Amino acid sequence: MNILVLFVIIPLLMLPALWGCRNINQTRAVMATGSVLLLALSVYLTIDFIAQRNAGETAAMLYTASVTWFAPLNICFSVGVDGISVAMLLLSSIIVFTGTFASWRIKPMTKEFFLWYTLLSLGVYGFFISTDLFTMFMFYETALIPMYLLIGVWGSGRKEYSAMKLTLMLMGGSAFLLMGILGIYFGSGATTMNINEIAAMDNIPANLQYIFFPMTFIGFGVLGALFPFHTWSPDGHACAPTSVSMLHAGVLMKLGGYGCFRVAIYLLPQAADELSWIFIILTTISVVYGALSAISQTDLKYINAYSSVSHCGLVLFAILMLNKTACTGAILQMLSHGLMTALFFALIGMIYGRTHTRDIRQLRGLMKIMPFLAVGYVIAGLANLGLPGFSGFIAEMTVFAGAFGIDDPFHRTVTIIACTSIVITAVYILRVVGRILYGEPENEEHKKLSDATWDERFTVICLIVCIAALGIAPMWVSNLINDGVGNILGNLLASH
Amino acid sequence: MNYIQFFEMRPEVCLLGIYLIIFMYDLIATGSSRRVFHPLVCILTAALVVLTLGDRSHFTLFGGMYESNAIIVFMKSLLSFGALLVIMQSHKWISNSDSYHKQGEFYVLLLSTLVGMFFMISARHFLLLFIGIELASLPLACLVAFDKYRHNSAEAGVKYILSSMFASAIMLYGISFLYGTTGTLYFEDMAARMTGLPIQIFALVMFFAGMGFKISLVPFHFWTADSYQGAPTSVTAYLSVISKGAAVFTLFTVLTRVFAPMTEHWNLIICLTVVASITAANLMAIKQQDLKRFMAFSSISQAGYLMLAVIGGKATGMTSLVYYLIVYMVANMAVFAIIESVEWQIGAPAKRANFNGFYKSNPKLTFIMTLALFSLAGIPPFAGFFSKFFVFMNAFSAGAWIVVFIALLNTVISLYYYLLIVKAMYMKESAQPLERIKSDPYTRISLTICTVGIVLLGVCSFIYSGIDSIAFGL
Repeated sequence: MNILVLFVIIPLLMLPALWGCRNINQTRAVMATGSVLLLALSVYLTIDFIAQRNAGETAAMLYTASVTWFAPLNICFSVGVDGISVAMLLLSSIIVFTGTFASWRIKPMTKEFFLWYTLLSLGVYGFFISTDLFTMFMFYETALIPMYLLIGVWGSGRKEYSAMKLTLMLMGGSAFLLMGILGIYFGSGATTMNINEIAAMDNIPANLQYIFFPMTFIGFGVLGALFPFHTWSPDGHACAPTSVSMLHAGVLMKLGGYGCFRVAIYLLPQAADELSWIFIILTTISVVYGALSAISQTDLKYINAYSSVSHCGLVLFAILMLNKTACTGAILQMLSHGLMTALFFALIGMIYGRTHTRDIRQLRGLMKIMPFLAVGYVIAGLANLGLPGFSGFIAEMTVFAGAFGIDDPFHRTVTIIACTSIVITAVYILRVVGRILYGEPENEEHKKLSDATWDERFTVICLIVCIAALGIAPMWVSNLINDGVGNILGNLLASH
Repeated sequence: MNYIQFFEMRPEVCLLGIYLIIFMYDLIATGSSRRVFHPLVCILTAALVVLTLGDRSHFTLFGGMYESNAIIVFMKSLLSFGALLVIMQSHKWISNSDSYHKQGEFYVLLLSTLVGMFFMISARHFLLLFIGIELASLPLACLVAFDKYRHNSAEAGVKYILSSMFASAIMLYGISFLYGTTGTLYFEDMAARMTGLPIQIFALVMFFAGMGFKISLVPFHFWTADSYQGAPTSVTAYLSVISKGAAVFTLFTVLTRVFAPMTEHWNLIICLTVVASITAANLMAIKQQDLKRFMAFSSISQAGYLMLAVIGGKATGMTSLVYYLIVYMVANMAVFAIIESVEWQIGAPAKRANFNGFYKSNPKLTFIMTLALFSLAGIPPFAGFFSKFFVFMNAFSAGAWIVVFIALLNTVISLYYYLLIVKAMYMKESAQPLERIKSDPYTRISLTICTVGIVLLGVCSFIYSGIDSIAFGL
């Protein structure tokens, strides 16, 4: 059996198992088993993938398999991974795993929470293993809808408003996306929906590419927080429960960047080349605007949500540079931001669970009260602003190096503008760290609070280890994704 | 004339047999034997589904007036299956004291509309088609007005019959033009003599308007909301799925068989009505508080999506049309079964507010309702996603890009109003939450069937492939 199918089968089996659980311990047992299995599976996949590559396997996609699904419409259930998808699968399973522990004590309706959570992760895994446009789109939408209930029922603040806004905006995006997918399929005249085969044909007429590239890019871009379609993101993240914020900012937003790269750029290279400037302008706005908005926020989650807009904007920005260095940087940034932001949201959730406020004006001196969480927060902050040794540095470095390498005034200018976000990031991160962690605790109630419990420590340490690993040994990951990036940009570079 | 050919129409003959059994039973049975009336009808209708299923022979009767082939027979068993679900869900309503004595009438009227629909989809001659349409409409008016002691129901019945007659008259007018210009009422001969005269285009519009009424497309939808709201809930379910499904299928057949030379004209008409139906109905559905009225607008917009499958008139279109119908049937029937249960619990028409806090008291029903609404909204992995995707594919391949795009944007609006109910069930608190609803066994069985359908119809691709192998088109 194909190992990739297990990524779908395990969550599928977890759903009825969760449905049958009678108490909270059984639910936790199912979730722990499932997420550990998935994590182990993705680690094994990564090792085996690298081993196969080292053994000289040069096919664009490994572990490919295809089963005809709707034969009259040429729809197949096809799976396959390249280095990029392997890296994304590893990221997803780390976040799902840590997210499970971050919501270990969620109440009420624990079982239902994990039921929707598992459906969400099913969509994410399915998306990354799919190589068929239809199945890819199906898993994409599967990942979106559980968000509505997860935020609406278990969230905080203006949760119903945010949940509805998020769901509708993302569904609006997928309306564009579906147009793009249908356009690609019918435009290529292919008798398959397999991405690799359509890319190999590379025969979509230019005039159709000009219509469907923007549609596809906007469709995925909405999920990647492309300006001006990013407004769902701050509200959605701020109101979501901890593990959902982690999964959403950490993985789900990466679906957007990954989709733009894998579908829009790969299959519509000509239009990508011609029209990229429009989206480069938009993503530059995302990067700078997101960072500037983060400065003026006072809610910890809003700060981090706007920071996500900025960082995810950088992912799309890098992809649109259409050169190998920048695109490698984009994938690194996806991984790095996924881990960092998950750590951030986990810590914010833990702090909020104790202090019941996320307002930075009311928090002070947390370093004295909960040193473990505070140290974790400092590390997350430093990683976020791109301190060397952590993952953020290497990702942003690669992106800007790649972007600046393009020798024309337009690209140089936008790169310089986007670079300012590094400075702005430092402003809002250091301001928050200084404000809430140091000084003397002002609130008497806060002095009685306890530090992290075992499951929380476990979550935080796991994520910090991953961030440090990515920061210290980035070559390992960039080697992994190298072949995938080269292959996707192949069509585009060949036409130059 | 060879009278043996009557017996070749197996679905209709079986149905008439069942019809007569029920009619006689209603006259004879008294006292305790009436208690088995409902199960008897259910078994007989189930038998009808089985008897019609599987006949794949292709033949015509009465000199070409009547045609039967695999997909037509499949449609007939699908319609009977829908009728079976309606009958099962009507148990509580039909056995209450107000309508218990009229039980037999309900079944007989329902099954006679089914005969009408069978003739509609088999007709290859305008006379037979018209008789079928009338046979399917008139008893429906009685059904809509079935709760005659309720003011609403009687009013809905009158509205239905008046607009129905008006639509029939318009359609007949159109047919008369066709007869006048071609000199025949047989589909085949008519198609051969169709020259695309302006008057024939006019006739096409008239005919389309008549069918548009049955399908309740905008701008022929004005009866829908009031009739759906006033009719007994089981009848509303029947109107929204089965009657509509038969009409769309008939329209598809007539457009491809008779109006084939005018494809571009009717493509344009469909595109306009689809955009109008989906957009207008979605906008009006948002504000509705009464659930049956809400489902009326939802069904208008679903009819719009259904018509996307007719664009182009190709065999893949028919496949996606029939497939959409099956998926729509199970999802819509599940929603109506739950609305009916809630109505019985509160003893009044169900409002959206009645569903506040529904999850706390009725987790299972909430779960089914959520699945059904997600399926109606087209959310994967439920069946509705697949059926929507396929009708979009069909319309897109026929070149109607802009229509597909507008329809896609409308799915966002429709998702919004379906989510409003989900939100009420899961997130709202209620001062007086509903108590646990104890459903009768018939409703339970039908809900189980619907749930299985919602979950499996999409994933199990053999159903789609099976329909595809028997579908026909231009």
